[in-house]
Amino acid sequence: MIRFLLLFSRQAKLRLQKWYTPLSDREKKKIIRDMTLTILARPPRSCNFLQWRDLKIVYKRYASLYFCCGLEEQDNELVALEFIHRYVELLDQYFGNVCELDIIFNFEKAYFILDEFVIGGEIQETSKLCVARSMEESDSLQETMEEYVNKPTY
Amino acid sequence: MTPSVRLQEMIRIIRSARTQGEERGVIQRECAAIRAQFRQADNGGRSHNLAKLLYVHMLGYPAHFGQMECVRLIASPRYSDKRVGYLGAMMLLDEKQDASLLITNSIKNDLSHSSQYVQSLALCTLACMGSSEMCRDLAPEIERLLKSSNSYIKKKAALCAVHIVRKVPELGEMFTPSVRALLSEKNHGVLHGAVVLITELCERNPETLDAFRKAVPELVQIMKGLVTSGYSPEHNVAGISDPFLQVRILRLLRILGRNSDTASDAMNDLLAQVATNTDSSKTAGSAVLYETVLTIMDIKSESGLRVLAVNILGRFLLNNDRNIRYISMTSLQKIVQTDHNAVQRHRGTIVDCLKDPDASVKRRALELSLALVSAANIRSMMKELLTFLSSCPPELRAHAASGIFNAAERYAPSQRWHIDTILHVLTTAGGDVRDETVPNLIQLITTASDLHSYTVHKLYRALVTDISQQSLVQVACWCIGEYGDLLLKGDCEETEPAEVTEDDVLDALETVLQSHMSSPSTRAFALTATMKLSTRIRDNIDRIRSIVSIYGSCIDLELQQRAVEYNALFKKYDHMRAAVLERMPVIDKSSPGHTNGEIPGGTVKEPEQLKPKPPVTGLTQQPASQVCDLLDLLGGTDKPSEPSLAPPTTAATSTNSTVGGDLLDLLGGLEPTPVPTVTVYEKNGVMVKLQCDKHTDTAVTITLIASNSTENDVTNFTLQAAVPKSIQLQMKAPSGDVIPAQGMGHVTQTVLLHNPSKATLKMRVRVCYSSQGTMCQDTVQVDSFPSPVEN
Repeated sequence: MIRFLLLFSRQAKLRLQKWYTPLSDREKKKIIRDMTLTILARPPRSCNFLQWRDLKIVYKRYASLYFCCGLEEQDNELVALEFIHRYVELLDQYFGNVCELDIIFNFEKAYFILDEFVIGGEIQETSKLCVARSMEESDSLQETMEEYVNKPTY
Repeated sequence: MTPSVRLQEMIRIIRSARTQGEERGVIQRECAAIRAQFRQADNGGRSHNLAKLLYVHMLGYPAHFGQMECVRLIASPRYSDKRVGYLGAMMLLDEKQDASLLITNSIKNDLSHSSQYVQSLALCTLACMGSSEMCRDLAPEIERLLKSSNSYIKKKAALCAVHIVRKVPELGEMFTPSVRALLSEKNHGVLHGAVVLITELCERNPETLDAFRKAVPELVQIMKGLVTSGYSPEHNVAGISDPFLQVRILRLLRILGRNSDTASDAMNDLLAQVATNTDSSKTAGSAVLYETVLTIMDIKSESGLRVLAVNILGRFLLNNDRNIRYISMTSLQKIVQTDHNAVQRHRGTIVDCLKDPDASVKRRALELSLALVSAANIRSMMKELLTFLSSCPPELRAHAASGIFNAAERYAPSQRWHIDTILHVLTTAGGDVRDETVPNLIQLITTASDLHSYTVHKLYRALVTDISQQSLVQVACWCIGEYGDLLLKGDCEETEPAEVTEDDVLDALETVLQSHMSSPSTRAFALTATMKLSTRIRDNIDRIRSIVSIYGSCIDLELQQRAVEYNALFKKYDHMRAAVLERMPVIDKSSPGHTNGEIPGGTVKEPEQLKPKPPVTGLTQQPASQVCDLLDLLGGTDKPSEPSLAPPTTAATSTNSTVGGDLLDLLGGLEPTPVPTVTVYEKNGVMVKLQCDKHTDTAVTITLIASNSTENDVTNFTLQAAVPKSIQLQMKAPSGDVIPAQGMGHVTQTVLLHNPSKATLKMRVRVCYSSQGTMCQDTVQVDSFPSPVEN
């Protein structure tokens, strides 16, 4: 299962954090610090996998954002790369040419999309269309109830 | 109070803060506003406020006051409130917080909500942060939802069940019946969830595992459908249809096929098909292939399939993509024990990966290379590993060095090669080796007796070049001390002869002693080596004396102690110097450097061995006796002027002569009663008798009595004893070292023999003394001990 998913910028600013195991605040901060330090220090064309404590870490850089997830021993790292890519595609589809600013100003949307894609550390829906449709319908539920300023672009 | 701003506004304001302090100020203001808003009655903007708080939380600021707000929002009937509330619950509440229990009821209600999106919020939150109590409470609900007709809910319920099983494994039985039916679903999301749930159940419960083995044909069918199906836009990733599902199914097949011939047979065809047909030009295909390979290696597959799998891994090794290379080495590492020969075929490529600039790839390559070392390829592999060591990143150095040592120890083709290898490692990475390397290497050198000359030459040259690597310097000093005479002799067949003079050697050792780079233990090694050389060189003994006496006032306690003792060796115990400093015997690998009482049979006790202290203690303050206190290293003394007899102790105790005399009087008091005595030595008027005081099955106490029938006193009388390995020897302090002339007095010494294995008692005694100006030294063997005293 995926233990955690972190998004951070090149300046080590955290843009999204999702934890699938219960950890204390101190531990979370430590993991964030370790991940940002290790990954930002790696040269550009290096391997996307590394070993950290007993976890496998898979990370990928998209423009100015680093997507980093921690996996367990028996998980498939290459599938994790595909998973990260799929999440980026979902974000891209939702925001329309997503960039870091979109994720900053609409962070709760990024979380909602992630929650449609992953539950409890496991992928729940492998179809892009299904996830997009669910997001659309949930958002419409919201809009009929009150104004929500930030309309996602299609 | 400033009116609260919208979420986006706040984010903009925070981002435009120029300094950390400014940002903190803005956030404090906002948090105060949010707190105030929380306390107010329900207005339209509650979800906005919580969202703002969550943003602040992500920046790293405390947000615990939002926990109750999350609970309230979750209970609200509005969807947007619930959405943000549940998000807040997942971010701020975890099972350690008390507030998390409060949302259990809301979740329960929402699980039966009419809107599937509300249900999905509840399911998602439960799966993310549900504690064991919550899981227990809500498991029946989840089980009900598993049977729902809505696939959107079913897939989420399945993964929620996975979380429940992880938290409370006993509840797995609740889900087992319903999950089997899910395998016949068409919806990929539900299938995926079902496969994950089955995997989790099988991993935790062997009975469930057996039961689900019957599902293997069904899983194989599903896989076949995926692999052979045409293009499906919904699930296609780079030509592979739904790689996520394929990988999960393969993983489940792996678990089901392990240790089961029937199950493995059922999947053989499928695995062969997937392995050959999957296009691995993109990551998705490689991911599926990778999982296939892992599955093939783990189940009871036929050998043809295994060969196919290893070949796939070999192909991965040659791939340009670093990730693929990393993956293949990780997999090869897992199978190197079982399929050693197959992996050996790819050794060349693996060794090439040692030179890859990427750190992760290097690490994998190192581990795999170390696992591939065998007797056949040790020489070539070691060359590669040593090259790697000189250029490897610092975090891998220690691992590489220890791996090289282990490999060298197991497969060394010759002792000289072994020593060369270790020396090479010490010169390149001496700072990263473990501490026990030094004694191990010393032990190795002592065993290679024909290579002493070669070794000491090489080490001397290494020492002269560079004294920064502590392990190397320590070993070099030790060798130069031991085999300095071979170094000075100069001729050695294996290396080019070097003209090394005594001054050069002493210069080298002095440089080590004085250098700021040397650690205290290194300097101790150097000092001892300098001292040892005093018996192996001829001309520069004065220089050694001056070096040693300088360090007598060194601040470092260890060095000072050693220097003072060595000084004493020069001054008072010069006659013993040769014996004390002679060549050490071959060190036994199993025993540590110091043994307590145990002696290798036949050799005279070495100075380095410890002996229990003499029974009396009591420090006197006079400087003279202080020197002798330290001299207890060389033996127990009871009078300041008396030399030592028994082997050295490290105790700085001095014996009070009268007390010592009292003790001996005790023993002396036994003399008048008729006890069996045996004369063991008689020569030049000096006679040594052995008297047996106490004789049990496992312990013997004897007294050695020396007497002198010549005209002159016998001075500097010392006794040394050795016994077979199975017996332990303990020599008490002698009564003195001067045997008065004409039989006017005796020198006695008590010896305790501990014989737990009841071996035959044998003892060798060496007698040293000065008589009429000449030094005499003799060794006698005592084979028969007098019979015990009848009491």
